[in-house]
Amino acid sequence: MVEHIHSDGEEPAVTLDAFLSQSNATAVRLEPDEDARALIPHLDRLALIEVAFPKFRDGRGYSSARILREAGYVGELRAQGDVLVDQIAYMKRCGFDTFAPEKELNSADVEAALARWPEHYQGAADGAVPIWKLRHG
Amino acid sequence: MYKYDEYDHAMVDARVAEFSDQVRRRLAGEITEDQFKPLRLMNGLYLQLHAYMLRVAVPYGTLDSRQMRMLAHIARKYDRDYGHFTTRQNIQYNWIKLEDAPAILQDLASVEMHAIQTSGNCIRNISSDQWAGAAADEITDPRPWAELLRQWSSFHPEFSYLPRKFKIAVIAANEDRAAMRLHDIGIQIVEKDGQHGAAFYVGGGMGRTPMIAPLIKDFVPLDDMLSYAEACLRVYNRYGRRDNIYKARIKILIHELGADEYRRQVEEEFKHVKSLGIDPPKAEFDRIAAQFAPPPLDAAAPDAIDRSDPDFAVWVDQNVAKHKVPGHAIVNISLKPVGGIPGDASSAQIDLMADLAEKYSQDELRVTHAQNIVLPHVRKADLYAVWQALDAAGLATPNLDLISDIIACPGLDYCSLANARSIPVAQKIATRFSDLGRQKELGELKLKISGCINACGHHHAGHIGILGVDRKGTENYQLSLGGSGAEDVSLGTITGPGFDEDGVVDAIERVTDKYLETRTEGERFVDTFRRVGMAPFKEAIYG
Repeated sequence: MVEHIHSDGEEPAVTLDAFLSQSNATAVRLEPDEDARALIPHLDRLALIEVAFPKFRDGRGYSSARILREAGYVGELRAQGDVLVDQIAYMKRCGFDTFAPEKELNSADVEAALARWPEHYQGAADGAVPIWKLRHG
Repeated sequence: MYKYDEYDHAMVDARVAEFSDQVRRRLAGEITEDQFKPLRLMNGLYLQLHAYMLRVAVPYGTLDSRQMRMLAHIARKYDRDYGHFTTRQNIQYNWIKLEDAPAILQDLASVEMHAIQTSGNCIRNISSDQWAGAAADEITDPRPWAELLRQWSSFHPEFSYLPRKFKIAVIAANEDRAAMRLHDIGIQIVEKDGQHGAAFYVGGGMGRTPMIAPLIKDFVPLDDMLSYAEACLRVYNRYGRRDNIYKARIKILIHELGADEYRRQVEEEFKHVKSLGIDPPKAEFDRIAAQFAPPPLDAAAPDAIDRSDPDFAVWVDQNVAKHKVPGHAIVNISLKPVGGIPGDASSAQIDLMADLAEKYSQDELRVTHAQNIVLPHVRKADLYAVWQALDAAGLATPNLDLISDIIACPGLDYCSLANARSIPVAQKIATRFSDLGRQKELGELKLKISGCINACGHHHAGHIGILGVDRKGTENYQLSLGGSGAEDVSLGTITGPGFDEDGVVDAIERVTDKYLETRTEGERFVDTFRRVGMAPFKEAIYG
């Protein structure tokens, strides 16, 4: 389920360092240069992982998201920052389920972008059945 | 040849719809040029010095006549009646209007073509051996492997915002006609215990820091190939440098980590990725491979060639190569007429080559990284008719792999990145050496020209390489010797101080004179250079 986020009333996400050192926080924020695998031992107590996209051109967050989903993380995975309508379909495929763009997105464009692709060539973290599997059952 | 099924059609149609919408939003001012740039780049659209340039993908360089005719149609309808074949086996159009781009992509989609990922920081069009399926020395046709990679890399959600562009080449012969080890990933299909697998060379490239890719894995079984590629890319996406555009290619990461450490990280990632089930079953490879089944060639076709026309005989000797099936030959069409622009072809020439492919070459054409065209499956008995048609269209220059078969980037005549012009230098060199007897005397001599440090003209890999730089506002040309993009891959060495446009042509003449004086019987230029080193050539050039 893809939703827009308004952050009223939710627990603020702490930095990776703060989370790892002591905190009992349930929300953490991951910067592009931070290793998503550091969170793997703690996934069961996390409700939100916010992955930062300071610049849309920096694609490290896509790998972070997939690594977290591949490790079994089922909580909220949020793309935050320079998140543009033309990136969100790929983000969703990598496992993001919520988006917190700095600049508000046109909701009609968002819907069109997410409905754009009929199928997908490759497996990713969204559970979509890749085309090769559709071909061969 | 690979034919789209309903899924392939749907994916390309979706991309055309997506890009049409993006162009609409850009023209309406809803997105900024900065936001639009990576989107148009991933659809092959560059903003150049004078106009938009559209780069159309020719996956692994293979085309049929219908597709080739569409390329002519686009040149005629939307451009200035010509196209430019590139070192990535693609075609570029230099005079495109942004508002026409969606219609062009729609026209391309109607013949199973596109401009997807021909630019941008993503996995680019996969290149391959232009003689695939025809070469006498290949162990198998590399194109089914390339097609598998094409589908995997198309719209890859994780690897569309990489640190930098990413180029993959696949070959399946020991003779390397695709500059395989000068790619981000070069794959050579090899045989082990009766099975074919992929040898992965990772971290090669040209640009300002040229590197030859080290061997990262000697044998990746077919069943693991996409997982292994995914692991290679994931390590790069996470750890490739993003602080400096000039250090962002994977070659820099591997150089800084060392090949062993990179391999260790890839192997670790591979163990994990392999568990995700992203590798298609053998049945998918077989489905693709069936579409590259060898064409029905008659091995009993006559093997003799009537060489009574001397001009034809010269062309046969230079431009026709051995085919794996007796009675057949590979025709190499040079797009390097003396004084012409390397890689350019007019709409009429493109149409003519399409006609010849349909009539004489099992409906197939190839684009080569040396910016020429190939008719891969021609009966020897038809060679004379093919040559006559080519000759009448100015396409029978018999100079394959000779000094005038020059690779040149578009340079400052078109490109917004260039520091110097490439085309006029190529034209002057070809004119200086226009005497064919002299060219043949010099033998195989691969000359490559780049108009800037980005090295699109492959100058590092030239037996003779030329790099155009801007020196205090004037164009200056550096000369290098001893590079190769073939199986004897090597990087050229700079001779010394650079030259002006005429000076570099003179210097090349001194180099070739020195070679003729120094070589032993049957020795190629590059082999002489390797034997005697730079000193005698330096002496000849600078005195």
